[in-house]
Amino acid sequence: MKIIVNAKPHDIAGNTLEAALQELGYTSPAVATALNGAFVTRANRGDAQLAEGDRLEVLAPMQGG
Amino acid sequence: MQIYGTDITSRLLLGTAQYPSPAILAEAVRASRTEIITVSLRRETADGSGTGFWEHLRQTGCRILPNTAGCHSVQEAVTTARMARELFDTPWIKLEVIGHCDTLQPDVFGLVEAARILSADGFQVFPYTTDDLVVGEKLLEAGCEVLMPWGAPIGSGQGLRTPDALQTMRAHFPEVPLIVDAGIGRPSDAAQAMELGMDAVLLNTAVAKAGDPAGMARAMAMAIAAGRAGYKADPMERRDMAVPSTPVLGMAEFA
Repeated sequence: MKIIVNAKPHDIAGNTLEAALQELGYTSPAVATALNGAFVTRANRGDAQLAEGDRLEVLAPMQGG
Repeated sequence: MQIYGTDITSRLLLGTAQYPSPAILAEAVRASRTEIITVSLRRETADGSGTGFWEHLRQTGCRILPNTAGCHSVQEAVTTARMARELFDTPWIKLEVIGHCDTLQPDVFGLVEAARILSADGFQVFPYTTDDLVVGEKLLEAGCEVLMPWGAPIGSGQGLRTPDALQTMRAHFPEVPLIVDAGIGRPSDAAQAMELGMDAVLLNTAVAKAGDPAGMARAMAMAIAAGRAGYKADPMERRDMAVPSTPVLGMAEFA
């Protein structure tokens, strides 16, 4: 199915957030995720079901002031 | 100084953005002797650059104060704060809800609302706010135990635009830790903030964009220490007219 990851379209096979992260190569523990604007905890990624057109944000620590 | 029950010795909080290199950032952090550094969350790239940066941060040994920089709505700020809490394993959040693209001034209405939501959710909120007293009161009511009024627009390096307002804040909130956040350009600006009785200064661009960031970090730390010492020593009142400092009594008469 097609989902939007960090504003870019991706075609993925898995149907959970956890599976999508594995597939897309986001294996670092230093990422946090939000699905359609709502935070999804690390513990809930396996249960978070994806649907066509979902917007996934994968964030990491960056320089900031 | 105590913030949310944590003892803080250094009165300089340092941002981590815009340094020429990670090595220079690390050098500036060391030179500043800061205990608290601010960081943000951004989209992770395929090469995992955020993970590398996280390692650099850990090596500094500083406490992490994550921010919600760039968030323009309550919902964005709240979601970002929740992601930051998981990522950095801290209840601290520097809450920014930006109201205007050009001035980057806080949307104080959204700020109070987000502060209320996050405080109720167990966060310890450091709100980036204006020097407005009523907004300050609302933030305290919302659960904040520290206020971070701006000195001047973010990244402008203008110094304190409204020192009188900061002084009024000090008088109005005698027990609340006040941290000037944004607008500091030079060590004298930081010293002035501390002389007014601010508890600490948070700055980034002034150090990161200096020709010698580590040298400027050191200078800022000294200026902050000097300003604080000056405040504690209770400066004299200003006078409109000259008053001789040498005694007049006992002067010789030659005429």
